[in-house]
Amino acid sequence: MTAIPLNHVLILACILFSIGFIGVIIRKNTLFILMSLEIMLNAVGVAFIGAGSVWQQADGQIMFILILSLAAAEVAIGLALLIRMQRRYQSLDIDKLSEMRG
Amino acid sequence: MTIELMFYLAGAVAVLASLKVVTGKNTIHALLYLVVSLLAVAVCFYLMGAPFAAGLEVIVYAGAILVLFVFSVMLFNLNHDEVLFARQSQGLGFWAGPVVLAMCLLALLVNIIQSAEIQDKLTVNLVDAKQVGILLYGPYLLAVEIASFLLLAGLIAGYHYARPEGPGSHGGRS
Repeated sequence: MTAIPLNHVLILACILFSIGFIGVIIRKNTLFILMSLEIMLNAVGVAFIGAGSVWQQADGQIMFILILSLAAAEVAIGLALLIRMQRRYQSLDIDKLSEMRG
Repeated sequence: MTIELMFYLAGAVAVLASLKVVTGKNTIHALLYLVVSLLAVAVCFYLMGAPFAAGLEVIVYAGAILVLFVFSVMLFNLNHDEVLFARQSQGLGFWAGPVVLAMCLLALLVNIIQSAEIQDKLTVNLVDAKQVGILLYGPYLLAVEIASFLLLAGLIAGYHYARPEGPGSHGGRS
């Protein structure tokens, strides 16, 4: 039996996920959107680890490792796209990208 | 101090730091708060009986991914339009927030290390690295291969997109 109730772990994960989601919605700077995505992935990791610790299985940590590699790949591609965007538009405003049609 | 109380404290630190990331104006300060948030989540992992995941969180997330963020922000002037609109740091005042939150986490860790009673409680629900490794290279081998393909795709795409444009590049769209 674990010391921390699963409810509270899931509540913490939900709060972190909501903060990240609000960040993705309200920010205009693409760099901040990427950082908010990191917070969201992290919150999902909290939920997985909490569930794995309650049932005493290692599967939660394996899912966390997969999320970690996903986050690494996502950040690499996202930052490369940001560098390209900064070169072309001299700005990181996400609204500048709405001019692309198709 | 019980494990639950420490978990709530670390979770509160994570939530506060994440809020500061989302509402921040200055890019570098937001990145600092993001580091603190990831460290707080790592403490939560440790308290939930997953020390391997906590170590990975510190090494890979806070150590590698955030360094990638900071390097690309500083080298490629990605904080350009923030500089125009946000007030810049004067002196050491801006460091106070992340330092206070990180000191909370340090106090938690020292408390864990000192108290033998908490250590005993933490070993009850421990899922150590050996079980993770056995499962990772047994039933989940295909997932590991797919993750390696994902990382290869990230590497190639990162190289392709961040390549300098212009006549010097071979075959890139101008």
